[in-house]
Parts: sequence; C-alpha cells; structure tokens
Amino acid sequence: MGAAGANPVTPFRAVCAVVLVLLALAALFAGSLTRHSYDEQMRVIPDAPPSKDFPLGTDELGRDRLARLLYGARVSFALAPVAALLSVALAALLGGWAAFQGGWCERLITGTSNLTLSLPWLFLLMGVRAALPLNTSPAASVSITFALLGVLGWAGPAQVVRSGVASLLASDFVRGARSRGVSKPRILLDLLPNLRPALSAQFWTSVPLFILAEANLGMLGLGVSEPLPSLGNLLHGLESQVAGWDHPFARYWLFAPVLVLTLVLSCLRILFPSEVHQ
Amino acid sequence: MKQRPAILLFLLAPIAIAATAESPRSGGQLTFALQAEPKTLDGLKAGDENSSLIRYLTGGMLIRLNRHTQQLEPELAISWKTAGAGKSIAFRLREGLSFSNGTPFRASDVCYTFGRLMDPSVDSPFADNFAAGKGKTTCQADGNYGVTLTFPIAINAVERLFDDIPIQSASAAKPESAAMGPFVVTEQQAGVYLILSRNPNYWKRDERGAKLPYLDSLRIEVQRNRDLELMRFRKGELHLVNNLDPESFDRVKSEMPDAARDLGVSIDAEQLWFNQVPSAPLPANKKAWFASREFRQAISLAISREDIVRVVYRGHASPASGIISPANKLWWNSSLKVPATDTAQALEKLRRDGFTFKDGVLKDRTGEPVEFSIITNSGNKSRERIAALIQQDLKAIGIRVTVVPLDFPSLISRITENFNYELCLLGVVISDTDPNGLGSVIESSGAGHAWNPNQKAPATDWEAELDKAMVAQASAADMAKRKAAFDRVQQIIADQAPILYLANRHSLVAAPARLGNFDPSILWPQILWNADHLYLRP
Repeated sequence: MGAAGANPVTPFRAVCAVVLVLLALAALFAGSLTRHSYDEQMRVIPDAPPSKDFPLGTDELGRDRLARLLYGARVSFALAPVAALLSVALAALLGGWAAFQGGWCERLITGTSNLTLSLPWLFLLMGVRAALPLNTSPAASVSITFALLGVLGWAGPAQVVRSGVASLLASDFVRGARSRGVSKPRILLDLLPNLRPALSAQFWTSVPLFILAEANLGMLGLGVSEPLPSLGNLLHGLESQVAGWDHPFARYWLFAPVLVLTLVLSCLRILFPSEVHQ
Repeated sequence: MKQRPAILLFLLAPIAIAATAESPRSGGQLTFALQAEPKTLDGLKAGDENSSLIRYLTGGMLIRLNRHTQQLEPELAISWKTAGAGKSIAFRLREGLSFSNGTPFRASDVCYTFGRLMDPSVDSPFADNFAAGKGKTTCQADGNYGVTLTFPIAINAVERLFDDIPIQSASAAKPESAAMGPFVVTEQQAGVYLILSRNPNYWKRDERGAKLPYLDSLRIEVQRNRDLELMRFRKGELHLVNNLDPESFDRVKSEMPDAARDLGVSIDAEQLWFNQVPSAPLPANKKAWFASREFRQAISLAISREDIVRVVYRGHASPASGIISPANKLWWNSSLKVPATDTAQALEKLRRDGFTFKDGVLKDRTGEPVEFSIITNSGNKSRERIAALIQQDLKAIGIRVTVVPLDFPSLISRITENFNYELCLLGVVISDTDPNGLGSVIESSGAGHAWNPNQKAPATDWEAELDKAMVAQASAADMAKRKAAFDRVQQIIADQAPILYLANRHSLVAAPARLGNFDPSILWPQILWNADHLYLRP
C-alpha cells in the first residue's frame, strides 16, 4: 500500500481513488442508501426490472438487488482482504523462516507447502462444514469460510517468499550484517521491507481469488448462506444468465455485481500497479 | 354412388397412414444427465432416485407398471395368480430368455433374487413392502419356469410391488453384470458418467418384429449444475431433460415451444420433515419441540404454500394437502384441505404448547429461543428458494432458521445414517400410484419412514395406528374398504404433521423433435419410461 505514494498522482488515478472511496462508503452505509433490507422479501414483485424504488430491480424472491449488492460488497470486500492478509502473513512467516534456517526446516516447510498445493483442499473444507454445527449463523459461517481460505492459501505465496528471502540472503548487505554479528531475527526483520513488493503482489492477487473461491464454495453449501448476500453468491446467482438464454444485455442490471467486482479490482490495479504487476 | 368416394377414402386411409408412418431407426447414443451419481448399481439396494433409474433401465421385472396406462403388464412372468388374499403369488415365467451375459433365465434366479431381497444384510429398501419384519418369505420353484412366493402375511395388490424388483442372475459375479432389462451397465467413470449399452439378449420386439431397444446405448452424465445441463441441452449435447425447474421450463418454452411440455400436476411432492429419531444427536429441548404435534402444526400454519407455488414455481405447481397428490385420482383423500397460512393461529397453537412470543422472538417453556436449521440439497434452486421463503415465514413467528444446502451424499448420510439434522427439505418421487408402494414410507418399521425410520415397535400411538391402517388397506379384499383405510392413513399424517407437504410440482420435461416415440408419462421416470422404444432421428 505504501508503494502508492511512490507512484505519481494523475487525474486517472485520482478518479480511481474516488471510485474506491465511494464504493467503500456505499457498502459501509448501505442501510442509509436503500429503503429495504437485503433479506426483505416482497413476494408480490419477484424478479422485477429496475424502477425508482428498486434501481437494480428485485431478485427471484422479491428482494432489493441494490441492497443485496451493497451488503454483499461489504461482506466480500471486508473479509477477502482479511483472508488475503492472513495467508500472506503465514507465507511471510513460514517462507521467510524456511529460507533463513535452511536445512531440514526448509525441506519440511517446502515439502508441506508442496503437499498443501497438491491436496484437494475442497475435501478439507467439506469436512470442516460437516463438523460445523448446522445452526452456525450466516455471519459466523462466512467468517469461518474466509478464515479457512486464508489459512489454506499460504502455500503458494510461501514459496515465492522463500525464494525471495533466499536470494536476499545471498546479497552483500546480509553477508556484511552476519559478519558484524547481527542476530538472525534482526536480519529477518530488516529484510521485510525488501519483501514488500512480493508480499503486496501476493496480497492483491489473493483478494479476487478468495472472492471467487467463496462463490464456488457456495455451490457446496460451504460459503455464505441465505439470507446473507456476498459478491460470491450474487455472482453464483448469475449462472443462469450466463447460460446463454437471454441476449447478454437484455437484463443488463443483473450484471451489477460483475461490474462492481471488475471496477474494484481494476481501480486497485491502477492505484497499485507495481504490486499487482509483480 | 355418392357414398362411393367416402367409402374408398375410408378404405384407403390405413394404407395412406401406413405409407407415411415413420419407421423407428435403430442405433445411436442417447445422452442425458443426472444431478448426482447413483449410490448403487445393485437394483435391490436402489433407494435413491438416480440408482432407481439405473434399475429401471437395466432391470427385468416379473410384472411392470405401464406408466402410461397405469396398468400392470406381464414381463418376465407371462401370468400370475395370487392366493389367500395376497398371502402367496404363483408365476408362470417366460421361456427361452437369457440374461445379458448369456446365462439362461430360470425360476431359480427368481428365488435367488427374493432370497437376497429378504436378506437383512442386503438391507433392501423394498424388503418391508413384502412384510420382511413379519416372518419368513418362501420361494418354491416348480420346474424351470414356475415359481411360487409365500409371504408371512397377506399383502393386498402384492403384484404391484414387483415393478421395483429386478430379477438377478444366481450365477452372476455382480448383480449389475447380468441384466434382463433393455440396457446393461458397461462402463462407469465414478462421478463423471455411465454408459448403458443395449442388452443383446433383451427379449422384447416392437410390433413389426424389430429388436428392442432401438438405441445402441445411453450415456448418463453426472451434471450437478442444472444450468449447465440446460445449456448443454440447448446446444444439443443432451437429448432430454426430465424434471425441469419452472424458470428453465418457461425459457425452453419461449425458445423451443415444441420441445417443452407441462404434463400437469405430478404425484411428486416437496416436503419438509422434523427429525424425530430418539437417538439423534440433538439437544433434548429440540427433540421435545419436534415431538410436539402442536409445534409441527404451528410450523405448517406459518408457511405460505401459495407463495411457494406462485414465487418459486411460477404457477407450475399446486399447494399440497397431503402425502397423496390430486393427480392420483384413485387414492387421493379429497376431504383433506391445504393448510391455510395463518400466523395468528400458529402463535396461538405455540402458546398453548408452552411457547412464548415476545419482542419478535419465540421461546420455549425453558426460556430457550426457538431456532433450528433446515438442510436441503445444494444446487436445486427451487428448493433453496423454498427454504428462503420458509425462513422468512418462520421469522414472523419468532423462529430463527438457518438454511444449510449440502451436497447430496452428505445430506443422504445425515438423514439415513447419523441423523445429525433438525429439519430436512426434500422432494419425494413416487413411481407407483398404489398405497402399497408407500409401505416403506408410512409404516414405522420402514427405511423410508423419514422422520424416524426402522422402528422396532411404533414410537407413538398414532404411528401404531398408521401401521394398523396400512395393514388394513393392504389386506382388505374390497376396494372401498382399502380406500377407507388409506384415507385414514392420509388423515393421520395430515393431523400429526410429521411431514409437511408443501407443493405438488407439475411434471415439466423437454426433448427435441428428433427424439422419436417421445411420449412422456406423468409418472417417474417421465420421458424415459419407454426407453426401449425411444430412438433418435438423424
């Protein structure tokens, strides 16, 4: 995030920042912007097109699509970065430690990360869902889902961090520090700023991945459950639209979740180009 | 003289019709999808819908229920005779037939099949229908082509039960490796597809003497996502879709009017039941709620069946009044009314049962807030929407409901093995219109007695009465008495509400014009009921 300061401020970037701030505010104050709750069913007007009362129409159960989008954005954009942060923190810790210690420690952590990458973690998630009480509230369920994604997402970034730290350890300034007797933890701490671009890149690529992963989990009942909306289950609801029945733009308002997701990710890409590019 | 042209026309008409009648074309592969993999290929164990379909397509039965006429027809048995009001049944078997693996079909195979069926280690869901718990069933072969089955008690209309029993070869290594039906399983990729190839020894021929089935094979793909199934149907990759959801049906209808067909109210129902298994891992207070008739009735009153029909089914369904659909004209109890939505009455019933409703929260007599979960199968949009409607309906009486869509194997495991669930929302598919086919569902000892299966003795008085009424309807010789007994069964279930019947779906199917002999039945398996006669036009 700090890298943004290193990038020049241009009108385009300013617009992106404003868009992100407006979207964040809209998600945060969703209750004030919509007249209906995200779970209120107005059963006399299911699947209604946009109107003054419902700018994005209603869904199949007569719920306000705008309210659901704003609340869903709040859930996803708050929790996906938290999950990404968790996975990157674990990656920094384990990847850095593996490179720094070398030997059996490195082999163990690398082996574990390879194993994690090769395992069908979906079954682990299904196992966790089976172990969870059925009465787990939607809010707890969504938090557990994202926490699991965060924990399981460490392996790939850890390998990137490990190779980054390994190359830094071979640099002259680390050798110099070692010769001066600087302690290992101190050296590792000093290396962290140098890893920032790599960690940043991992963070920004993980955010959309986790949002989409949550959508896929929703198919198995592992994601966000009714009536709580999330970008994931709103995207899931679009499945029948993309099945090619209608003209792509015949019911354009249904694609608002895609637009919001694309807008946010694009703005982040523009505001933090170096991180995302890496 | 004036009459002559008319007479000539009349005489020539059959010739003209014969000349233009289309000859079915042999060959080709029919492809369609199932939403889940069949749990078993052993027809005697097939309790779930997908396994039952494989049984239907591969199994040779002694007697078949014609899904179109709803009449029984001889199949592997050319004739049968019941004695002792259903205490025994003697079959004369068709001679000169062979299983798909070439072994001859004999009376010993019938006895072998019934030996397996009644074997407790096989745990067949159909054993109860033959009074397995009441004593021993004996099978006596009379030469190679005569066989007599004797049951522990008289079972009325016992001949209808044989539609579910595929005759298996006594010499086959695996039950599914030798079939008497039109197709035989030849290839299976777990979780992906099954190939059913034409049974080379299938005995049926069409009216012109041509060998059946017309199709070389069936490719049955496992496609959990119904949207993708529809997309593939539109692209022509799948040849038929059974049980369309209403939204998809309306879309197919608007795009391909000739392909989509609403067959009207089916005998299937969407149902919600309460877990009343005493050993279920549930808190005691929840068990007490679910065991309370007042509580169950209150839930029933709070649910708007009209909204389910209108919002979820877009009018392609009817509110359900009970276990039997109005489509089953012979057995439907017309005196049962659809429970009217009445939140005030629901709250009154709960109050009488010791519950209190304050500040929008319902609490039981111990002060515990009432909340429970409803499990349903994920990927079924209609069912997920019904669950969401119920969630809001019950919120009005202060109950917090968590909806948990689960993948099908997990759901089946919960409702049949570990009973770790509270309420379950699922559909019931009925393949027979006769009450005897529901024995496993209604009788307390039945494996399909969803709310508390496999009871050694009836857990409640009303379940004992259900058992009694089922025996009465099964053993009554007089049709009016059978109907009266089964009306009583329906009345008890409606009064006690162990299962809430929500809606009877319309039977919605789709198939392209190139599917020959497309003649769907209102009964399961709709389009595929005459699979041996289906063919593909070029």
